[in-house]
Amino acid sequence: MKYYDKLIFELSRKGRCGYSLPEQQFPGVTGALPAELLREKPALLPEVSEVDVVRHYTNLSQMNFGVDTGFYPLGSCTMKYNPKINEEIAAMPAFGGLHPLQPECTLEGVKEIYDAMEKSLAAITGMKHFTFKPCAGAHGELTGLMIMREYHMRRGDTARVKVIVPDSAHGTNPASAAVCGLQIVVVKSKEDGLVDVEDLKPLLGPDVAGIMMTNPNTLGLFERDIKQIAALVHEAGGLLYYDGANMNPLLGVARPGDMGFDIMHLNLHKTFSTPHGGGGPGSGPVGVCDKLGDIVKSLQTSAFNGNFGVILRAYAYILMLGRQNIKMAGKLATLNANYIKESLKDAYKLPIESVCKHEFVFDGLINDGGTEEKHGATTLDVAKRLLDYGYHAPTIYFPLLFHQAMMIEPTETESKETLDAFIDVMHKIAAEAAEDPAILQEAPHNAPITRPDETAAARKPILKYQDEALQS
Amino acid sequence: MPGFCYFPHTEEDIREMLRKIGVDSLDDLNADIPADFVYKGEYDLPDALSEQQVREFFEGLAAKNTTLKVFAGAGAYDHYTPSVIPYITSRSEFLTAYTPYQCEISQGTLRYIFEFQSLVCSLTGLDVANASMYDGPTAAAEAMRMCVASARKKNTVLLSAGLLPNVRKVVETYAKYSGINLEYIALKDCRTSLDSLKALLESGDVAGAIVPGINRLGIIEDLSGFADALHGAGALLAEYCDPSALAVLKTPAEWGADIAVGDAQTLGIPLCYGGPYVGFMACTQAHMRKLPGRIVGEARDSQGRRCFVLTLQAREQHIRREKATSNICSNQSLMALWVTVYLSLMGPQGMKEVNDLSYAGAHYLYDRLLETGKFRKVSDAPFLKEFALEPLVDAKALQNVLCEAGFFGALLTEEGYVTFCVTEKRTKEEIDAMIDVIKEVRE
Repeated sequence: MKYYDKLIFELSRKGRCGYSLPEQQFPGVTGALPAELLREKPALLPEVSEVDVVRHYTNLSQMNFGVDTGFYPLGSCTMKYNPKINEEIAAMPAFGGLHPLQPECTLEGVKEIYDAMEKSLAAITGMKHFTFKPCAGAHGELTGLMIMREYHMRRGDTARVKVIVPDSAHGTNPASAAVCGLQIVVVKSKEDGLVDVEDLKPLLGPDVAGIMMTNPNTLGLFERDIKQIAALVHEAGGLLYYDGANMNPLLGVARPGDMGFDIMHLNLHKTFSTPHGGGGPGSGPVGVCDKLGDIVKSLQTSAFNGNFGVILRAYAYILMLGRQNIKMAGKLATLNANYIKESLKDAYKLPIESVCKHEFVFDGLINDGGTEEKHGATTLDVAKRLLDYGYHAPTIYFPLLFHQAMMIEPTETESKETLDAFIDVMHKIAAEAAEDPAILQEAPHNAPITRPDETAAARKPILKYQDEALQS
Repeated sequence: MPGFCYFPHTEEDIREMLRKIGVDSLDDLNADIPADFVYKGEYDLPDALSEQQVREFFEGLAAKNTTLKVFAGAGAYDHYTPSVIPYITSRSEFLTAYTPYQCEISQGTLRYIFEFQSLVCSLTGLDVANASMYDGPTAAAEAMRMCVASARKKNTVLLSAGLLPNVRKVVETYAKYSGINLEYIALKDCRTSLDSLKALLESGDVAGAIVPGINRLGIIEDLSGFADALHGAGALLAEYCDPSALAVLKTPAEWGADIAVGDAQTLGIPLCYGGPYVGFMACTQAHMRKLPGRIVGEARDSQGRRCFVLTLQAREQHIRREKATSNICSNQSLMALWVTVYLSLMGPQGMKEVNDLSYAGAHYLYDRLLETGKFRKVSDAPFLKEFALEPLVDAKALQNVLCEAGFFGALLTEEGYVTFCVTEKRTKEEIDAMIDVIKEVRE
């Protein structure tokens, strides 16, 4: 990767163009829009040739790291391989030209895909009905919580305004609940990282709409008491929401619907192999149990029927997996995570000694190289040093239960050789830290840029391009 | 175990890895899952297909749909996609990356988001834009929330009855569960009524209003006086706009809007049965810290080089949890790249031509439709590429006849009008052919 400093605006030359439109004549059309409806100041758009555009964005792409570049052990993000056949299917012109409001009789193929997806996801999760409108995981969470509220509202049970969220939950859980008008009540985790059932009991009551659970949780641990938790929540009149961000280890192994969950979302861009796209487009379909079927189909939470292009990709993946290969998907994800955990716990602090599912959390280095004179290397420093060795960093400083959290998720698509090479590098970095933490603290050394001054950037934010004339 | 192309493990690999972990079998690694919950049956899924079979399966499904010549809009517009765009966006360094959490190896993503923000600011005339939203309607819902968050103690947001039905529906859904009160500004002569707005402001509880730049009847709104009326009542003006049209039309900033939202699908994103598209959101400097979603800012690295980072993160869910401005995290990043490449290729001249051609084609169709004697004018107000007429024939039958002839147009509105839309992709020949079909429609 090499540093490239241009912005597209800086390549602009007056009179250059990168488009080709037809000459068209529409006889008899006269007149124009009235001047008072037109903009006074022209929009600042670049004037560049086609080749300028291609080279500029190719150069930008070369400062980026993707799953196709190398190993991407980013916890809770499930950076599995994105199959290329999926891209081919999604790019088929026969799908690209379909208007979302076309008459149903012209969309039989589309309907078949949605039906087949719903049936497949129901089989995989144990839920009964799905909506595909949500465009992302957080959007699915919000939709799911709306379903929870609607369920209580329709029963006239309007006092249920609280939702219980474990302290280990993803940040989106409380944020989605707040957007949905719910008050958040935090339930604590025990020493072993699992939800504390004794802490939960007194929180339950007639004001509780439900609980949001991630299972396995963000520490990668299966919530073994889920049966009891489900019974308690249901007994108190609440519903159980399953955050599907961590569904991958259960793919082909276990189904949230069987555990008592009433509502869940899936991230097709995690569990079902569609690319993350640098932060979207994703897809966050929401599944519900039978009694919530009417509600799930009635909520309009996005423009049309969700990100169809992403749904196509996910269904291509499901067809490749089939009922034969799905049986190994979750198991191999779990195998890979445990293999890394066991191979590195001699150099990194493992706060909870237990079998994990698809991911696990270290709490920093065992020997960070710190002395009375100098600071030791932190999790941030390890993350930055990994970039030098050609790896993406794990998720860092999350979950919030540990100060030096480093969350590692390898996924099932990585080979033993890839994991072994990563383990070697993590050991090497631990040795470097013990020897001289400065090597880590000054990392990355060979990325396109070194560490930025984020504080200065936030203090005086520059959030758009301003040409020199505008700045002066 | 037969091989599967996405799983690299050999049986020997699995044995060695289990040995290292200290267990005997893969099932031992799931011993923490209560036995009741380990799925023992056969999954009710199709048999695994080969890649060739998958391709043939989807080719078969694609053939069961009909691609029509699109003369409709209503939130999804058939503009041309230059071939450079999918070529760039399918580069795996962009496609297979996550959200740019590690900025040192994500400068590609961060730079194009910065460019996207700059382009949105340029089109809307506003000071700050975020890194994108899911789509237009959800961006409008976020604008509603932003109005209430900015106003304090006021809980009503006004929506123009001229907003598209799906925008209203999504905003209504969000409002219901956020406990926000919505009221509608009426249309008068097919335009959002300033008098109706002023009457609604009397309540004193209005935090803001969302008004379209071009309404669902295709009419370009004249928003003179809207910002003054709202600001005078301590409320914000949010404009729902078509960014393609903003290359020529008066900007939200010029109308005095505080917030601009909309769907950037009109900037060269294929129809694709409604998604993925990309929403956008911009605002004035004064409201910057209430803006939801990711924002990219310019920074310097430790060697003084210009670089880009996610910034102002104290607004966001991963820091603020339930106190965040929104639950949104990453969203349609690759589609923001799509739009950025589109605008780079088109430039100011290309965007002017797209609007000129759409205008000419739409007005040509409008005149021809009136000539058939099967429609009546509903307004003399100016329109750009989409317009409404009152049909003198059965609207549903009209749409069916068009559909059978391979055209998609004449979308029915709630007043019983029909709308048509013409983009730069439609030719005179196509329009004439559709008119020939319409001439044959009997009452």
